[in-house]
Amino acid sequence: MLRGAWREIRYYPSAMLGLFIILVFVAVSIYTVVTIPYSEVVDLWRGGEAVWGDNPRLAAPEWVNYFRRTKLPKTIKMLSTDPDVERRQEQVDDNLWIDDTIYTFEFQYDEFPQDLAVTLEAEFETKAPYVSVILVRPDGEEIRLGDLSVKGGRQVFLVSQEEKIAQRLRLPERRDIVEAIFAEDPKAEEPVVLKGTYQLRIEATLFEPESTITSKVVVYGKVHGWAGTDHLRRDLSVALLWGAPVALSFGLVAAVGTTVLTMIIAAIGVWFGGWVDSIIQRITEVNMVLPALPILIMIGVFWTRSLVVMLFAIIALSIFGAGIKTNRAIFLQVKALPYIEAAKAYGASDLRIVFFYMIPRIIPTIIPSLVLGIPSFVFLEAALALLGLGDPVLPTWGKIIDEARVNGALLQGHYYWILEPTFALMITGVAFAMLGFSLDRIFNPRLREL
Amino acid sequence: MTEQAVSISVEAPKAQGGVSTWKRVLRYTLVRSIMLLVTVVVGVYLTVLIANMGGHVDEIRRAMIRESVAMRFQNDPTFKALPPEARQKRIEEEVRRLERRYGLDKPFLVRSFVFLSQALSLNLGRAENMTSDSGSRQVRLIILERLPPTLFLFGTSSLIIFFLSLFISLHLSRNYGSLLDRIFVSLSPLSAAPGWFYAIFLIAIFAAWLKILPFGGMISTPPPETRWEYALDVAKHLILPIGAQILSALFIGVYSWRTFFLIYSSEDYVEMAKAKGLPPRAIERRYILRPTLPTIITSFALALISVWLGQIIFETVFDWPGIGRTYYQAIQVFDTAVIVGITVIYAYLLAITVFLLDIIYAIVDPRVDVGGPRATV
Repeated sequence: MLRGAWREIRYYPSAMLGLFIILVFVAVSIYTVVTIPYSEVVDLWRGGEAVWGDNPRLAAPEWVNYFRRTKLPKTIKMLSTDPDVERRQEQVDDNLWIDDTIYTFEFQYDEFPQDLAVTLEAEFETKAPYVSVILVRPDGEEIRLGDLSVKGGRQVFLVSQEEKIAQRLRLPERRDIVEAIFAEDPKAEEPVVLKGTYQLRIEATLFEPESTITSKVVVYGKVHGWAGTDHLRRDLSVALLWGAPVALSFGLVAAVGTTVLTMIIAAIGVWFGGWVDSIIQRITEVNMVLPALPILIMIGVFWTRSLVVMLFAIIALSIFGAGIKTNRAIFLQVKALPYIEAAKAYGASDLRIVFFYMIPRIIPTIIPSLVLGIPSFVFLEAALALLGLGDPVLPTWGKIIDEARVNGALLQGHYYWILEPTFALMITGVAFAMLGFSLDRIFNPRLREL
Repeated sequence: MTEQAVSISVEAPKAQGGVSTWKRVLRYTLVRSIMLLVTVVVGVYLTVLIANMGGHVDEIRRAMIRESVAMRFQNDPTFKALPPEARQKRIEEEVRRLERRYGLDKPFLVRSFVFLSQALSLNLGRAENMTSDSGSRQVRLIILERLPPTLFLFGTSSLIIFFLSLFISLHLSRNYGSLLDRIFVSLSPLSAAPGWFYAIFLIAIFAAWLKILPFGGMISTPPPETRWEYALDVAKHLILPIGAQILSALFIGVYSWRTFFLIYSSEDYVEMAKAKGLPPRAIERRYILRPTLPTIITSFALALISVWLGQIIFETVFDWPGIGRTYYQAIQVFDTAVIVGITVIYAYLLAITVFLLDIIYAIVDPRVDVGGPRATV
């Protein structure tokens, strides 16, 4: 019967489409788990500035530029060790060395960069190197961004936080410094980007013969990767990719666990009858009174938010659901069939009859409900995450939606942040539903002629 | 539960052929109501246990009392002068007094049965941490205050979805295979996503992007003055929640009802009626709707009582001041009284509905006969 189903499913375009999407998700999941292993993704996702420091904050995905008239900038990142970066080193006298680094970069975008960061790292014994940062604009104007001594060996210099630049340029109140230094006219009411070749000169003065200085320049853009970034500069593609295996395995394990256990319990109840059956019935009725979602929330609040614990709790709460009643009705018919009578006659044991005669008989009828059940569990996981009860360490689709909502993604217009995970959830859900509906029509002959 | 009612009554006549009908009805009603009551008691007791995490919440409460007492003594200048031992003694006394006041001096097992009996007698007691908007700590008042918004929103949308899907599906089953029919069938997988999910989409489109409808809540702040404007404002806040629910529930509702009606309209007696030349309306009313009435009533009743719990996530997404959100807030502040209160009312409503359904079944479906002597079909 199952082989026949496969032959038949090919005639249902929606089933094939659903199956195709599911297979794509499975492939993506395998790729993700292989390239970014579990331990790595946990560290990655919880890593702070050290991991994600070079990404822009709240950057849209790169493909939004295809839909925009004014192009958003990508991030430009340069190291002093890069081959195309110019270095000038020279000794002035016994205790004075000059080490200039000159970064040259093209800026041809229609919108301003988000920020400009210079990270300086120096090695020295007692006297820290002294550094001046100067921006040479395409129109030849030089803007002194700052002067500092690299105390402690490492200094990060963010242009947006340097109020001195605003004073030096005599900017009006509350004018964005980053926009001003990249604008044709820094004081203009509506600044326009000055396109062309910029130079960033880092002029270091070293006071010791062994002293060295290295630097890194990041011109933060407003787009990043294919998925964009969140408020903590994290690349959303990591979370979106990892959401796939989490959602698929969660939905699959919950649906299979619930369906199979429900089936076994219903079969045992029907076969043994009497008090076994009536206990199962009573448990089902009590379970109907129990509020399932609140119990899950209580587990999350009182005890643990771990995804695995939630998974088991969900299965435990769903086993004695409405499925018991439907399965029971089918098993009651199966029990009366002659082949069961025959099995009993030649002395098959009770458990043998339950597991090898009754259950295989109804497997085709439960496959559609199993497939249709998967999306509901996937969405349940997302729903728990939306209540702030998502897994504490793993990035999941639901958790991105929650973080986006909490951080006002919709109010501030960061639509990509909330729409990407919702689309992923939607496509997964619809794919399983399309497959499930078609399977329902194949396995339930009564629906087939309709 | 309802299916079981049918099976019981189908088996019943063989066992008790001779007793008079009334006695049978009475006995059946009694047995059934006792069974339902036991179900409710067990269900509510389990909820009490879970809401207290099997006594674990009592530990949290004790720790909270101790902490707040210690804080109070530390900040009170009159106790600063006392030597440490004397102060410690005073703290212990105060902690014991408060524990006795909240009943924490008794073991949890005893407390759990006190909770149970109070809950079952609908003596819902006082909330521990939550207050109603009017400032009361009565659980009854908290629930009563949050109930109207929930009933209003989910009652409206449930009714709309129920009748809309019923009528559309009747229409589709009549015009089976038409373009509209195919559209609905192919849209049915959309129902895989729950209501809150569409809510996020709708909020993104209509509130964040187009800025024509509110993000959430039930009324603007400050609320409009005149009654007419007030109603208009609430209606505006209702559009997105109801829209989201319809998007998620309508297509699957139409699909399953349509299939259900189609199965019934392929029965032999319907073919027979057609052959006799009865008008389609009469066939629909007498031969299709009549036998499916019990199912329709059941799903209507279950849809109505599911309104009670509201939807925790849905109300959270829309910031709707209803029961669901209250439930969630209660869990977050360990307010067992509110959790159990809402649950016990739901359990009672469910039990009463199931009980009534059994009786209604007997009225509308001649095959279901509460232990009666008439032959079952």
